[in-house]
Amino acid sequence: MQRVPSYISRSVAGSYDNEAVAIFALIFTFYLYIKTLNTGSLFYATLNAIAYFYMVCSWGGYTFIINLIPMHVLLCIVTGRYSSRLYIAYAPLVVLGTLLASLVPVVGFNAVMTSEHFASFLVFIIIHVVALVYYIKGILSPKMFKVAVTFVVSIGVVVCGAVLAVLIALVASSPTKGWSGRSLSLLDPTYASKYIPIIASVSEHQPPTWPSYFMDINVLAFLVPAGIIACFSPLSDASSFVILYIVTSVYFSGVMVRLMLVLAPAACIMSGIALSAAFDVFTRSIKFQLPGATENSERDAGETSSNSVVAQNDVAKTEKNEDAVKERPSKKNRKKEKEKENVEKPSVKSQIKKKLLILPLEASIIAIFLLVLLGAFYVVHCVWAAAEAYSAPSIVLTSHSHDGLHVFDDFREAYAWLSHNTEVDDKVASWWDYGYQTTAMANRTVIVDNNTWNNTHIATVGTAMSSPEKAAWEIFNSLDVKYVLVVFGGLVGYPSDDINKFLWMVRIGGGVFPHIKEPDYLRDGQYRIDSQATPTMLNCLMYKLSYYRFVETDGKAFDRVRRTEIGKKYFKLTHFEEVFTTHHWMVRIYKLKPPKNRIRGRAKKSKSKASSTTGTKRIGTKKKNPWH
Amino acid sequence: MGLRFDLLLFTIALLSVPVLSDLILSRVDRRIDLTSQVVRTTSTLKVENAGSDLVSEVLLAFPDSQAKHLAYLSASSTEGKGKAKGSAVSFPVEIVHPKGMPPALTFYSVSLPKGLGKGDSLTLDVLVVFKGALQPFPEKITQADIQLVVFYETAYYLSPYAVKVQSLSVKLPDARIESFTKIENTKIHGSEIKYGPYENLPPFSYSPIVVHFEANQPFAIAQELVREIEISHWGNVQVTEHYNLVHGGAQSKGEFSRLDFQARPHVRGASAIRHLVAKLPPRVHSIYYRDEIGNISTSNLWGDHKKTEMVIEPRYPMFGGWRTAFTIGYSLPLQDFLFQSDGKRYVNISFGSPVNEVVIDTLIVKVVLPEGSADISVSAPFPVKQGQETKFSHLDLVGRPVVVLEKTNVVPEHNQHFQVYYKFSSLSMLTEPLMLISGFFFLFVTCIVYMHADLSISKSSPSYLAKLQWDEVQAAVQQVRNIINRCLMIHDKLEASLRDLSRTGDVQACKSARKAFDGLLKDLSKDLKPLLASLQTSPQAAQILPKVEELVGKERDLQERMMAKHSTVVDSYEKKSSGREIENRVALQQQKITALRQEVDDLLDLIDEI
Repeated sequence: MQRVPSYISRSVAGSYDNEAVAIFALIFTFYLYIKTLNTGSLFYATLNAIAYFYMVCSWGGYTFIINLIPMHVLLCIVTGRYSSRLYIAYAPLVVLGTLLASLVPVVGFNAVMTSEHFASFLVFIIIHVVALVYYIKGILSPKMFKVAVTFVVSIGVVVCGAVLAVLIALVASSPTKGWSGRSLSLLDPTYASKYIPIIASVSEHQPPTWPSYFMDINVLAFLVPAGIIACFSPLSDASSFVILYIVTSVYFSGVMVRLMLVLAPAACIMSGIALSAAFDVFTRSIKFQLPGATENSERDAGETSSNSVVAQNDVAKTEKNEDAVKERPSKKNRKKEKEKENVEKPSVKSQIKKKLLILPLEASIIAIFLLVLLGAFYVVHCVWAAAEAYSAPSIVLTSHSHDGLHVFDDFREAYAWLSHNTEVDDKVASWWDYGYQTTAMANRTVIVDNNTWNNTHIATVGTAMSSPEKAAWEIFNSLDVKYVLVVFGGLVGYPSDDINKFLWMVRIGGGVFPHIKEPDYLRDGQYRIDSQATPTMLNCLMYKLSYYRFVETDGKAFDRVRRTEIGKKYFKLTHFEEVFTTHHWMVRIYKLKPPKNRIRGRAKKSKSKASSTTGTKRIGTKKKNPWH
Repeated sequence: MGLRFDLLLFTIALLSVPVLSDLILSRVDRRIDLTSQVVRTTSTLKVENAGSDLVSEVLLAFPDSQAKHLAYLSASSTEGKGKAKGSAVSFPVEIVHPKGMPPALTFYSVSLPKGLGKGDSLTLDVLVVFKGALQPFPEKITQADIQLVVFYETAYYLSPYAVKVQSLSVKLPDARIESFTKIENTKIHGSEIKYGPYENLPPFSYSPIVVHFEANQPFAIAQELVREIEISHWGNVQVTEHYNLVHGGAQSKGEFSRLDFQARPHVRGASAIRHLVAKLPPRVHSIYYRDEIGNISTSNLWGDHKKTEMVIEPRYPMFGGWRTAFTIGYSLPLQDFLFQSDGKRYVNISFGSPVNEVVIDTLIVKVVLPEGSADISVSAPFPVKQGQETKFSHLDLVGRPVVVLEKTNVVPEHNQHFQVYYKFSSLSMLTEPLMLISGFFFLFVTCIVYMHADLSISKSSPSYLAKLQWDEVQAAVQQVRNIINRCLMIHDKLEASLRDLSRTGDVQACKSARKAFDGLLKDLSKDLKPLLASLQTSPQAAQILPKVEELVGKERDLQERMMAKHSTVVDSYEKKSSGREIENRVALQQQKITALRQEVDDLLDLIDEI
């Protein structure tokens, strides 16, 4: 588990994130849930609720737990697997868990208000009804029971109908139907790009590509189907839960790259089951044959059957491969495949049973060897992935040139400068991607950071960045900002800089302040910064701060990211001054000029209008404070 | 320029003060080196005793305005004359407050241990180092401006004694000289300004001069430097130095343009600190250079057997007034720095910073001695403030004694060795490993004890007894299962012998195999009996017993049928029946056997689950 690249991607020192903690909490909660389910002990149920609380504390992904477990409970009830253990596992979790969760400030009353949690309450009601039914069944004679069932069912239907109606009315009254934007974008992958640009703007929220699956999960991708089959062969409460877990997590990871993280442990568990089942079979057959190896008869017998076994093995393997291959192109087929696997299950099961003890010695030794080799290669891959892809901290960039490794340490250069050469209570405005870094490394207050709860604030900064200099100065000044930090990759060719993110700033800003319109920044639907760019684009703050005096570097102002010469080359800043630029120009920090330097021009104007009514003033403030 | 007025005023006041001593300075040569941020004044004084008494001290006078910058003062004399110079003897220097002297002067007294007899003369070399005596003027410059500094000095040697002949030369960096005070006998020669010679001047003569010149060398000032030297008797000296650096030159104002800095680095930002060079001892290893947000990748290291040089570059070029903080650390081999004398050990290590361009406002040196050191004393070549602390590290019980030395105004001249003496027994080195070993040992011992001891409180409580019984039942069931499994294995082998038979037709071998298996099976069923009996008596087994009995019955059934089949097959082989015939006869039995086998397997699984 610790080796899976996608988990490493979140837990290495460079990008250590709360998800690393959360995944442990997630798995621990699941573990305790299954433990409770198997033992029926109230002690573990309590522990489970506490683990759930830990999860709620650490990550917003706790809704995954509170939806997955009810799903499983419902599955158990529907398939007639209800037991008192299930009740003990579920009921305390909902009651205690919800109480504890509402203690977390971020969650608060959301724990009972939002739709994400309704599923759990609904299942909570259902499980009580079922428990009642079982109880009544226990004390009544079969005949009486039938009567009671008809009675209870008729009343129950009425009550449920009423409750459902109330719920639906409540839910429908809110615009997003009680679902938060992120959850909705999970259920409907196109939702975010339509309504909430801020969620869609994060690269982690994009759907993953197939290579990224292979990169992150590698061999596990092939072992998971085998694990699913192994889970079905003795289908218990626990294994059905694992199956449910893997299915949902595969879906979620398909929607967002970030949730690959949830898939990783599930895939690990699955392939662990598969490997252990395989080793079980192989070692048992070796153990059986070793004492009898001296007898020729034995061996002959084995060999006669070995051919058929190998053939079967091959068949099974190819089937698995096919499964894996099919899984790639389309997710829609998944359900079908599930069914297919279900169909296959009995045959595979009987095959396994038959050949359990007659796998030939050589074949099983070779198979074990191959499995170990597979595992070893996987370890190699993981180490490689961890070293190459994920260990490189995102704030220190490296490039290999002909004279060796070149290090771009510009971000830390800028943060160190901020932390040592500005006042402690100065505020720094930058796009929110750099918020946490600035807070942690430069120890300065930022306006917006990676905690994207407050959409309006981010939109304000987006608006400032896409406004002309003067308007931006006013916005920043009203936010008490001293320094503005922009990331510019045009000199060295660093592609994820602010100019490339700029359209998202416009969109997010425009989402809240309608005077920022995306088409103003696009020429014929194309985003460009060369001479064809729109004047709004060429006059916005982001453009100016990024390209200030850029033309003097090479005389042509050739942007190496956009591969073009910039549109407006010579301009001066009137309301900002450059205070620091890093070695490769990747981070540029500007200071807001104090107001007295620019009041002269305005003072004249306002003097000329001094006699005018206060009405203009109000209009003026309206214009200047677009966020009111 | 207010300072100059002050000086003039008190110069006038000085003229009326009488001479206290009979000493005469027959010749004074002063050389002032202004090429770096510290001002080094080297004076050669030829002292003559004109009186009749033995004189044992020479007074050196500095105006207070200079004395507050004074960082280092040493007086020495070379014995012998001309080219046959002997080794230099340095004399102790201390600050004194003689009576009857004019105010606003600070006096240092050089004690001559031998004394100076009547008519004797002595050549005294005095090295004075001032820190922060160069003042940037103007105080704020833009990136494009050059950095100008002013320096105040007196053209005549300020002394309580009469001076016969004297001269002064001021060495400036190779750059523009903005202005300097011209008095009589002033010459300028390249970058050197010469005053003098002046003859026969009374005591306390004073003539202020001001030099205003371009100084683009960086003014790196460590406001605080904490050096932590940790001694480990396992063979390592770990030095960690925390720098808090500021550019002490003219403050930077206005914009900073990276473009200008990169395009014309020597014009725009000439006075910026680009890099510093740390001269580390040879055989240094495990060097790091970092700050609070991680490794700083801009450093370079090379070395040979004599020295190691590390070029450290701050994260950003430092302009006037900019600050930064960083940490460098390195490890040294213990035997180069730890010695023994008179049953005591002593550390002999340099006091100041290895970075030569840096002057330090406050230097704190902490020597962390190993736990258990005692009898600690410090010997330093100059006065320092001493203190003691205790530091706790891993596995420490009483903490490590830390010697804390604090000194303000440290210049590179302070980079001398100092010694810390302490007593330490080599056996104490072993305490920590032994502690670990014994800790783990006791952990394992407790584990062993816990696993083997029976910790139940009441041996007669029903639940305890029930548990015991249940354990017994489980053991019995386990044994039953083992036996059944072995039976099944024998069945398989019987089958195998049958297959052998069909292949080779060797009836005798098959029969003998059968006999052997029969014997085995009988033994097994004998073993089974007492187990079943014990299960029947145990109340706990009530739940599992029927299943077990069923299992045993089924197995016996299976066994019989197996035997029957075997006999049939062997019989028919003896009768030389055809293969098809045999199959027909066996088919029915085979079916039953398979069915029974299935049931037995299922039962085994069931018992397993219980």
